[in-house]
Amino acid sequence: MLEIKDLHVKLEEEDKQILKGVNLTVEPGKVHAIMGPNGSGKSTLSYVLSGKGGYEVTGGSASLDGDELLEMEAEERAAAGLFLAFQYPVEIPGVGNMTFLRTAVNAQRKARGEEEMSAGEFLKVIRAKAKTLKIDAEMLKRPVNVGFSGGEKKRNEILQMAMLEPKMCILDETDSGLDVDAMKLVSEGVNALRDEGRGFLVITHYQRLLDHIKPDVVHIMADGRIVKTGGPELALEVENNGYADILAEVA
Amino acid sequence: MAQSSKMLQVKQDATEAFLAGRTLPTGAAWANDARADALARVRDMGLPHGRDEYWKFTKPDSLVQRDAPNAAVFQNDEAPLWADVESLKIVFVDGVFDADASDDFTLEGLTIERLTDVAEMDIHWAKDLYGVLEARGQEAVCRPLAAVNTAFATDGIVVHVTGKVSKPVRLVYLHKSETSDAMLHHCIKLDEGSEVTLLETGPAAARFNKTLEVDVADHAKFNHIRVQGRDHERRAVTGIFTRLGTESAFKSFTLTMNGVLTRNECVIELTGDDAIAHVAGACVGDGDDFHHDDTVFITHDAVNCESRQVFKKVLRNGATGVFQGKILVKKGAQKTDGYQISQSLLLDDDSQFLAKPELEIYADDVICSHGSTTGAIDEEAMFYLQSRGVPKAEATDLLVLAFLAEALEEIEDETLAEGILERLEGWLARRAS
Repeated sequence: MLEIKDLHVKLEEEDKQILKGVNLTVEPGKVHAIMGPNGSGKSTLSYVLSGKGGYEVTGGSASLDGDELLEMEAEERAAAGLFLAFQYPVEIPGVGNMTFLRTAVNAQRKARGEEEMSAGEFLKVIRAKAKTLKIDAEMLKRPVNVGFSGGEKKRNEILQMAMLEPKMCILDETDSGLDVDAMKLVSEGVNALRDEGRGFLVITHYQRLLDHIKPDVVHIMADGRIVKTGGPELALEVENNGYADILAEVA
Repeated sequence: MAQSSKMLQVKQDATEAFLAGRTLPTGAAWANDARADALARVRDMGLPHGRDEYWKFTKPDSLVQRDAPNAAVFQNDEAPLWADVESLKIVFVDGVFDADASDDFTLEGLTIERLTDVAEMDIHWAKDLYGVLEARGQEAVCRPLAAVNTAFATDGIVVHVTGKVSKPVRLVYLHKSETSDAMLHHCIKLDEGSEVTLLETGPAAARFNKTLEVDVADHAKFNHIRVQGRDHERRAVTGIFTRLGTESAFKSFTLTMNGVLTRNECVIELTGDDAIAHVAGACVGDGDDFHHDDTVFITHDAVNCESRQVFKKVLRNGATGVFQGKILVKKGAQKTDGYQISQSLLLDDDSQFLAKPELEIYADDVICSHGSTTGAIDEEAMFYLQSRGVPKAEATDLLVLAFLAEALEEIEDETLAEGILERLEGWLARRAS
C-alpha cells in the first residue's frame, strides 16, 4: 500500500539533510509504528509524505497503491487516500469545524469523481461519529480547533480521519499532550477504523500509545534512517532500555 | 507660506472649474439658505486635492473632475439583494427616483418623503437636519464633497422615525447609464426610543456622491447595512454624518465588492451618555484599478460611550485598500470605551494596504485600543486544509471568508447577514477556476 524507497530529503531553506534513505512498506490492514529519538526525522517523514512545503526531495520515491505521491499536490494526496493526523492541529479562526469537514469530504469525493454528500446525509454521519469520540455539537460548530484543549484537538483529528475514511493513515505523535483517558478515547477511535484495507503508520515516542493501538511492526528511526525493524517487543525494549542499546548495536 | 498660497490657488481654480455652469437648485427659503451655506463651505475649503493630507492615500481626481468618467453597464447583473426580505423598497436609477419600481411610502412608525418635495415646503423639520450634521462634520477635517452634495443634491429620502419600525427601508440603487453622475442626500431623524433599519444596495451610478445624515435621539437605534455594487467600474464618495443621544445606538456595516474607486467617510458624534456606535466594513478588491478607502472620525463627547470600528479588506491583483480612522475623546468624556481594528489580507505582492489609525484623547479615565495589520494567507492553515483534500483555490476562499468573518459578525440580523455572505461567496465563485 504505502511504499517508501530510499527517500532522501533536505530542508529547502538550508543545506541540511534530514532523511537519508528511508525504506518502508506498509501493507493493507497493518499497523506500523515508528519510534525514535528527537530529531531523527519522524515528523519530517510524515510532512514530506503529506505534501508540506519547505522540503526538497533529493532522492528516492514514495507511492500509495502504485501512485507516485511526491509529484502530487497535498490535496491530491488526500484524495488518493492519505491522511495525516497532526502533532499540532492548526487553529483556523473564522472557519466552522462542520463547514471545514464538509468542504473536505466533498472536495475529496469530487476529486475522485464520486457524488457529493448532501447536507442532511453529512449531518447524520458526522453526528454518529462525533458521538463515539465524545465530541459534542458545540465543538462541531466552533471554528476549527480554536479554543480546543489538547485532547479535543486530537479527538478532532480522529473525527476527521473517520469522516474522510482514508486508505493510509499517518498519526504523528497523536499521544503528545494527552492524559490517560484521552489517549484511551483517541485509541479507541483509531482502532474502530482498523480494517483489512487500511494501513496505519503510527509515529510515537512512547510505548504506552502502542498498548492501546497494537502495532504489527515496529521500526526504530535514527538520524534519517530506519535502523531496526521488529515486532511489538521492540517497543517494549525501547521503553525499558531507551534507544542507547539499539543505536549502539546498529552503529 | 508662498507654497501654501500657490496650493490654495490650484485648489481654487479646480473648485471653480468644477462649479462652473452648476446652479444651485431653488426651493423654500430654508433649503435655499442651506444650499447657499454649503456652497460657501465648498468655496472656503476648496475641493480635495492630491496634496491634501486627508487625501494622501486616495487620488480624488476622478471625483472632482467636471464630468463623471464612463462606467460600463452590466446587462446581466445579479438579482437585487434581499429581494425576498420583507422591506419597504425605494428605487433610484442612476440617482433618479423610480416611482413605478418603488413601494408605497406608507409604513407604521415612520414618515418618508422625498427631498425634492421637502425642499419646496416652507416649514419642515428637515430644516434642522439638512446640511446641519454635514456642516458639524467639517469642523475637525474638511469634507468638501459632502458640502458639494448638500449644495447640489435635489433628491433623496427624508425620513422621520417615530416608533419601532417593523421592517427595513431598502434603497435599491440601479446603474443603467454609462455616464451617470448621481447625487443623493438622505436625512433620517429618529425620535426618542424609535428604531429603524436602513438597507442600501447597488452600484448607483457611474459616479455617485451620497450623503446620509442621521440624527439619533435618546434611546433610539439606527441600523444600517449597505452593499456597494459588485464588479461595476463605478466611482463613489459617500459620507455618513450622525449624532447620537443618550443611550442610543448606531450600527453600520458596509460590504464593498470591487468598483473602481470608493471613498466611504463616516463621521460619528457621541453626544449623549451611554451611547453606542459600531461601524464595520468588509471589502474585497481585485485588480490594480481597485481602490477602496474607509475614512472614519468618531468623537466621544459624553460619558460612558462605546465605539467600535472593525474594517477588513481582502486585496488581490494589485488592489489598494486605505483606512483612516480616528477616535477623538473630548475633555470630560470619561469612561469612554473605544476600539478600532483595521486589517488587510493581501493575496499577492502587488496589492497594498495603507492605514492611518489615530487616537486623540483629552480625558484620563478611558479605554481606547487600536490595531492595524497587513498579512498574507496563513501557510499553516493552508497546508492543513490542503492535507484534508481541499484544493488551494477553495482553501483560499475559505480563509478569505474566515478573515472577513469578524466584520460580518457586526451584522445583528442573521437573515441580512446571510445575504451578505451569499454575495461574497458569489463574488469569490466568479473568480474561481
